[in-house]
Amino acid sequence: MGFLNKHQILERSPTLLLVSSLLVVSIGGIVEIAPLFYLENTIEKVEGMRPYSPLELAGRDIYVREGCYVCHSQMIRPMRDEVERYGHYSLAAESMYDHPHQWGSKRTGPDLARVGGRYSDKWHVDHLTNPQSVVPESIMPKYAFLARATMDSDHIQDLMETHRFVGVPYSDVMIENAKADFKAQADPDSDFDGLLERYPNAVVSNFDEHDGITEMDALVAYLQMLGTLVDFSTFVPDANR
Amino acid sequence: MLDYIKLIALGLVAIVALYASDQGLDLAFRVHGVIIFAVVAGMFLWTLRSMGEKETPADTSGYMDGVVRAGVIATSFWGVVGFLVGVLIAFQLAFPVLNFEWAQPFANFGRLRPLHTSGVIFAFGGNALIMSSFYIVQRTCGARLWGGNLGWFVFWGYQLFIVLAATGYLLGSTQSKEYAEPEWYVDIWLTIVWVAFLIAFLGTIFKRREKHIYVANWFLLSFIVTVAMLHLVNNLSVPVSLMGSKSVQVFSGVQDAMTQWWYGHNAVGFFLTAGFLGMMYYFVPKQAGRPVFSYKLSIIHFWALIFLYIWAGPHHLHYTALPDWATTLGMVFSIILWMPSWGGMINGLMTLQGAWDKLRTDPIIRMMVISLAFYGMSTFEGPMMSIRAVNSLSHYTDWTIGHVHSGALGWNGMITFAALYFLTPRLWGRAQMHSSAAINWHFWLATIGIVLYASSMWVTGIMEGLMWREVDAQGFLVNSFADTVSAKFPMYVVRGLGGVMYLSGALIMVWNIWMTIRGAQPVRASVGIPAE
Repeated sequence: MGFLNKHQILERSPTLLLVSSLLVVSIGGIVEIAPLFYLENTIEKVEGMRPYSPLELAGRDIYVREGCYVCHSQMIRPMRDEVERYGHYSLAAESMYDHPHQWGSKRTGPDLARVGGRYSDKWHVDHLTNPQSVVPESIMPKYAFLARATMDSDHIQDLMETHRFVGVPYSDVMIENAKADFKAQADPDSDFDGLLERYPNAVVSNFDEHDGITEMDALVAYLQMLGTLVDFSTFVPDANR
Repeated sequence: MLDYIKLIALGLVAIVALYASDQGLDLAFRVHGVIIFAVVAGMFLWTLRSMGEKETPADTSGYMDGVVRAGVIATSFWGVVGFLVGVLIAFQLAFPVLNFEWAQPFANFGRLRPLHTSGVIFAFGGNALIMSSFYIVQRTCGARLWGGNLGWFVFWGYQLFIVLAATGYLLGSTQSKEYAEPEWYVDIWLTIVWVAFLIAFLGTIFKRREKHIYVANWFLLSFIVTVAMLHLVNNLSVPVSLMGSKSVQVFSGVQDAMTQWWYGHNAVGFFLTAGFLGMMYYFVPKQAGRPVFSYKLSIIHFWALIFLYIWAGPHHLHYTALPDWATTLGMVFSIILWMPSWGGMINGLMTLQGAWDKLRTDPIIRMMVISLAFYGMSTFEGPMMSIRAVNSLSHYTDWTIGHVHSGALGWNGMITFAALYFLTPRLWGRAQMHSSAAINWHFWLATIGIVLYASSMWVTGIMEGLMWREVDAQGFLVNSFADTVSAKFPMYVVRGLGGVMYLSGALIMVWNIWMTIRGAQPVRASVGIPAE
């Protein structure tokens, strides 16, 4: 093993050792990550996908803040039991506007990728307020405090503009109307036609049945849209993949 | 003159921090403003008070061990904190009532879990790594730590990072990327501290008096550099406002998931493996009084390990929307990785050749051996779980949690305890630890604790994986999700008890360290003379 003696060159030069180890550790990441930005099946657009509405986006931030991703995945694998239990397997396009992704790594609770529309708003509010009241076996913590935390829309435009900066296609009209849309989605008596035009399939409801907009409204609005955007009755997977 | 510049700089930072604490858009950001203000104001007053005083030139002839001593204490402290939070959240999963109503929202599982993972990986493990790399690099280079007080900056800067990250989680500041949860300004601060760490480490190697760079330093150097790379790429984000903690990740969806697990798996590969192998390569030969078993093996397994590890990330994403070619690469490289991993284990264990009798008499050696054994076990289990067919069962279940803990508690924890027992008497000028029997107790409590932990998680993990996929003769799912949750209850209690045992062992260690250093005078170690 004569060539191993050449290793002495590296052992005597900190610079060479540093540079060569950095080179060696760069290769794997470049090969695995870089193509994902160009390959068709990781950047394809699927009909129905749209950016989050202002209220859903605010709800998503609460989902992140409370660490829901720690126990709930949002990634259905194409196996019989998962498709039976949770619905159609998840597509790459379905998380294209997720900065960052919420795929999760653990199912202490069930997958939530397609939880939207499965339960009523009332069920969600009851469940978040006291999970054991609707699912006795549940070990989920209580999130009753969400219903007491009121939200304003002062910074929603900044948030959307930052998302636009990293590539989410929010139009000027969407950002102009953000505050109005934020309020309209939690108020079924409002004029929400514009909201639905900008964000098709958004669920409009007074989710927590209280006046004013709370974190509970925002979180339930987010949960109720999860996985509902792509219509799988008409979806045809690309034969090339 | 220098003092005045320092005062002005500190004053400016204090004003900015105070402004941030008043104008911050969210609670975490405001509290962080207060914390930074308190730190900087303290430094300001300290500088002001000591101005004009004649400086007594510090003794810089020996090794710089003050920062290592501080590191020993910080490692023990954060270890206990991290294990304690771990025990609490383990029992929260068995008894949800422990998500106390009065402590909501701060102490719900979702916020405490990142506190536990970051606490043990970065606070306990990170302090252990920084402290032992400072110790090792000085000894193996025959040179005092480079950069004067740079070592102290790294130490205190890192503690500040931990405090900001930990309080941030409790107050709801997170970017939801596992093991990289801290928000943008905390990430920037960590980058500064980490670069300082690299400079101090590399500077010491540059002024070494030994011709060759010792094998432990190869591992430590690649750990520091790679973690910097991972940290920078995985935390690319744009803050929503400079006055708030919220930021938006640059990548999304599948690209973000791949980047996250490229980071996540290599946090294991470089932070918890390469770095700790660096510790192993110094402390095991020292304690055994034997040279490293094979120099050639160390060359081969070093380069193979760092090259292969980087590829293994996609095995976290089997059957997801990530393309199959990527997960196949991740799986294949994970399996190949088994070999260099065992290369490290063999090199460590075989170093004891001719000193196996010490296993009976020296509890520290015993800890090192069990640590290497767990390293070998979890680096076999990992490649096995990365196989697609196994992963389809194990993914999303408690099996993963068990796997992580046999590595973290067994390998990282045990080798760290051994290093602490090795360092404490030497740094404080004692012949040995206060109580050898207490080390023995620690050893057995920790070992039995890990066994309870890992085996209960195997049972729940495999059980829930099988229950989820069970279908009856008509093709309907047999179990509701809630059925699987309640079936896990007994094993969750067993796991919690395992954690309690592991924590008790750590508390005994803290008592032992305290008794050893109580009343002792820190020793000044003179710089060694290189062997020819």
